Amino acid sequence: MTMVASSTSVASTAKPQKPRLNKDGASGLTLISPPLLYALLMLAAPLLMVITFSFWTQNYLDIDRTLTLKNYAEAWTDPLYRLLMLRSLAISGVVTVVTVLLAFPIAYYLSFRVTKHKALWIFLITIPFWTSYLLRVFLWKVILGYNGVFNSGLKMLGLITEPLTFILYNANAVVIALAHAWAPFAILPIFISLEKIDRSLLEAAEDLGDGPVRRFFRVTLPLAMPGVIAATLIVFIPTVGDFVTPKLVGGNDGLMIANMIQVQFGKANNAPLGAALAISAMLIVALISFVFIWLNRRFTTGDGK
Amino acid sequence: MSDIPTAADARTIIDARNVTKHYGDVKALDGISAEIREGEFFSLLGPSGCGKTTLLRMIAGFDELTSGTIAINGEPMAGVPANLRPTNMVFQSYAIFPHLTVAENVAYGLRRKKLPKEELQREVEAALEMVDLGGYGPRASHAMSGGQRQRVALARALIMRPKVLLLDEPLSALDKKLREQMQVELRRLQRAVGITFILVTHDQEEALIMSDRIAVMFDGRISQLATPQELYRLPANRRVASFIGVMNFLDGTVIGEDGDAVHLDIAALGKVSVPKSQCKSRIDGTAPAHVGIRPEMLTILFDETEQAEREVTGTISDVVYYGDMTYYDVQLPGAEKPITISMRNTAGRAVLEIGATARVGWGSESIVVLD
Amino acid sequence: MRRGTGINWLAVYAVAYMVFLYAPAILLPIFAVNDSTIIAFPLRGFTGKWFADLWSSEALQASALNSLYVAVSTCIVSTLLGVCAARAATRYPFPGKKGIMGFIMLPLVLPEIIVAVALLVVLVQLGLDLSLWTVVLGHVLVCTPFSIAVLSSAFQGMDRSLEEASLDLGETRFNTFRRVTLPLVMPGIISSLLITFTISLDEFIIAFFLTGTDATLPVYIWSQLRFPAKLPSVMALGTILLLVTIVLLILAEWFRRRSTARRGEDISIAGGLA
Repeated sequence: MTMVASSTSVASTAKPQKPRLNKDGASGLTLISPPLLYALLMLAAPLLMVITFSFWTQNYLDIDRTLTLKNYAEAWTDPLYRLLMLRSLAISGVVTVVTVLLAFPIAYYLSFRVTKHKALWIFLITIPFWTSYLLRVFLWKVILGYNGVFNSGLKMLGLITEPLTFILYNANAVVIALAHAWAPFAILPIFISLEKIDRSLLEAAEDLGDGPVRRFFRVTLPLAMPGVIAATLIVFIPTVGDFVTPKLVGGNDGLMIANMIQVQFGKANNAPLGAALAISAMLIVALISFVFIWLNRRFTTGDGK
Repeated sequence: MSDIPTAADARTIIDARNVTKHYGDVKALDGISAEIREGEFFSLLGPSGCGKTTLLRMIAGFDELTSGTIAINGEPMAGVPANLRPTNMVFQSYAIFPHLTVAENVAYGLRRKKLPKEELQREVEAALEMVDLGGYGPRASHAMSGGQRQRVALARALIMRPKVLLLDEPLSALDKKLREQMQVELRRLQRAVGITFILVTHDQEEALIMSDRIAVMFDGRISQLATPQELYRLPANRRVASFIGVMNFLDGTVIGEDGDAVHLDIAALGKVSVPKSQCKSRIDGTAPAHVGIRPEMLTILFDETEQAEREVTGTISDVVYYGDMTYYDVQLPGAEKPITISMRNTAGRAVLEIGATARVGWGSESIVVLD
Repeated sequence: MRRGTGINWLAVYAVAYMVFLYAPAILLPIFAVNDSTIIAFPLRGFTGKWFADLWSSEALQASALNSLYVAVSTCIVSTLLGVCAARAATRYPFPGKKGIMGFIMLPLVLPEIIVAVALLVVLVQLGLDLSLWTVVLGHVLVCTPFSIAVLSSAFQGMDRSLEEASLDLGETRFNTFRRVTLPLVMPGIISSLLITFTISLDEFIIAFFLTGTDATLPVYIWSQLRFPAKLPSVMALGTILLLVTIVLLILAEWFRRRSTARRGEDISIAGGLA
């Protein structure tokens, strides 16, 4: 028997196999189809429905299915809706900035200073987040109220003689309650991106002559940006749509667009207008998010993933 | 390419023909043909990305062929899933099931045979003893060290009595000492069980130590398939030569041939006649030739009394001391680059210094002519 | 890391921040045992009567049962969907993967009111009666992404060659899944069940829009917040819920860690959020 091995480049005579889609791709699609189908039925279809709905009109319980822009005209011109929309964006914007600014040092502390029991710290940070959301917001009312924990505490310390009133039933209270509610959502993404930073990069920066401050702004912060961006979006988008917090602690000056959407779907019985408000809010939020991401891509070099 | 002398009664266990694998435009394997014999220790050697692991996974049944055929024990394997093939694999990561004990890992594949409990236990214990892990059965597998996990992986595969055992870089995760120990042990084990082993490795030394035959792969092709000795002595081309061990390359010219010999004029060494059996390249008329010389095929003549077939004098340009060996770089007049010479550090022999003049001894037997 | 010789300001800040985070959670049990109908300082003394009141409220018990029903259904369905998606995402390449996964994870960043309103419109148009099941539909939508996040880390941590080893040792694909894959991701599955259960139990906005006559616990709490006299009982209820949730989360974390124990440093469910 002769044993031959050769690196032959003779064209193969065997039949060529079918190109993609291969086995793996098919298995993947099969597996993903149940959750995808669910999301299509329960998310995509309803969203399309809401969009359609926003072009209809409603008189008490009768729905008129002729397409009209009337709801949008009302949503965009009525001064009340415009005020609520702008206030929602402003409050959410402030909430986002405050939340992310407050969260960053914590994430930094956890990532760079805590050496033992990191997972435990993370766990402790998420625990308060699981208190009933309604009660959490309600308890801020207790803390910030006229005779609340905060005011009575300050009084006891002799820092004030009269209770502070600017902290409840206005936008400030909404900002505080929301910054609290969304804290873990800001801390975790930033923490993750800080954890991913190769520590030798920081040593390299120091070795090349950067002091702690310069090193932070030239190496740490740019590398943590993906986490900061994620945190910003994760906080900003949902807070625009919150209606529990404004209702409980916002007073009249703290009401937001979602409260109006809720009213339209509830007491006011004008669901199409509510839908138009919801779609408008979503579009504006999406637009702001895209501009934000685009600006970040523009002004950060490297792969701004 | 020359035929390899055959072992008398060796059957072909794996027959790969024209195996190709394309990922889009990239040819991971480009027409591989090889016959692997029953009972031999066969290595697929090459740098990372040469396609050796892909070929191994195709034999195991994890990757599909773009074209070509693989037959195991005479049966074509197209469409046969991994679980029905008479092969077993030792994975690079060992793939020890972390939720099972050592014994449960080893017994994993036997479940389908529905053996009585005692017989199963006996088989498992025998397999563990074979890899020096007797009594380790009840232990949690994730508490085992790297070397122990590897033995568990071996026992788990060998208990299946495969026709072919496939080993995917099994030693790469071990430290140097343990790796060297396992090389010898694996070789011993293979001889003891008599099963065909196919080893994928990027470590040329490992392949030389362990294998009966080695296929050296570059860019999805087999460059040379030969025994370790032939591979080392007569590499097929410069790429194989420099991948396996160290080789000095010198330019030369073929100035004629007659009968069994080729006459060469080699830069810095002069004219010499070389037996045709030392020529891996086709010789036609007078043409430039690439001459290779292993460092240990050259000697430095320390003493007036020492003599060699041929002699040439040069200047030492670098000295690297390895303990048992010293490597000298010697610049010969007329040569482009210094040539490397390795010398054993025997008793009483001094290590020369840079700048010293050295007499270099060589002979026609030191030389191979390569593509 | 460089450490200042003076006060570690970052540590001081961290402690202050934790006080801020825990302020409401700490007040909750305090007012649950405070002997006064007014939720304010100063405290009036200890009492257990608010907890006792909970026993006698039929509406509360009904809503607790409703929530249990919704949460159990939600956690099972969303974990099943999560297993499919996490497995597909971590194991197979398929066309349009990024877009499909992004779409399925979308409810994580959508304002809940949008999800709630959208589902409400469809259900009303289809003429379906609102019930606990419609709440489940909405909850599954928002819980599935969390389930995927938890399970992805469990699937990702699994060396792919473990499954290949099983096939190599002669097992079929189905038995490989049963004997290797499932036991290895089981802690992740349990963790996913617990977390989605907890989210569903606490979810208010979707439940508020989609529930019919049967209130879930958060909807019940919302209705009680208007009556000052009921507030102390609500605090007691909140305390119990908080304790239950913490126990569930500790269990979930424990199981999740078992599934990723051999992968060095790991981080919580937020792994999939970033």
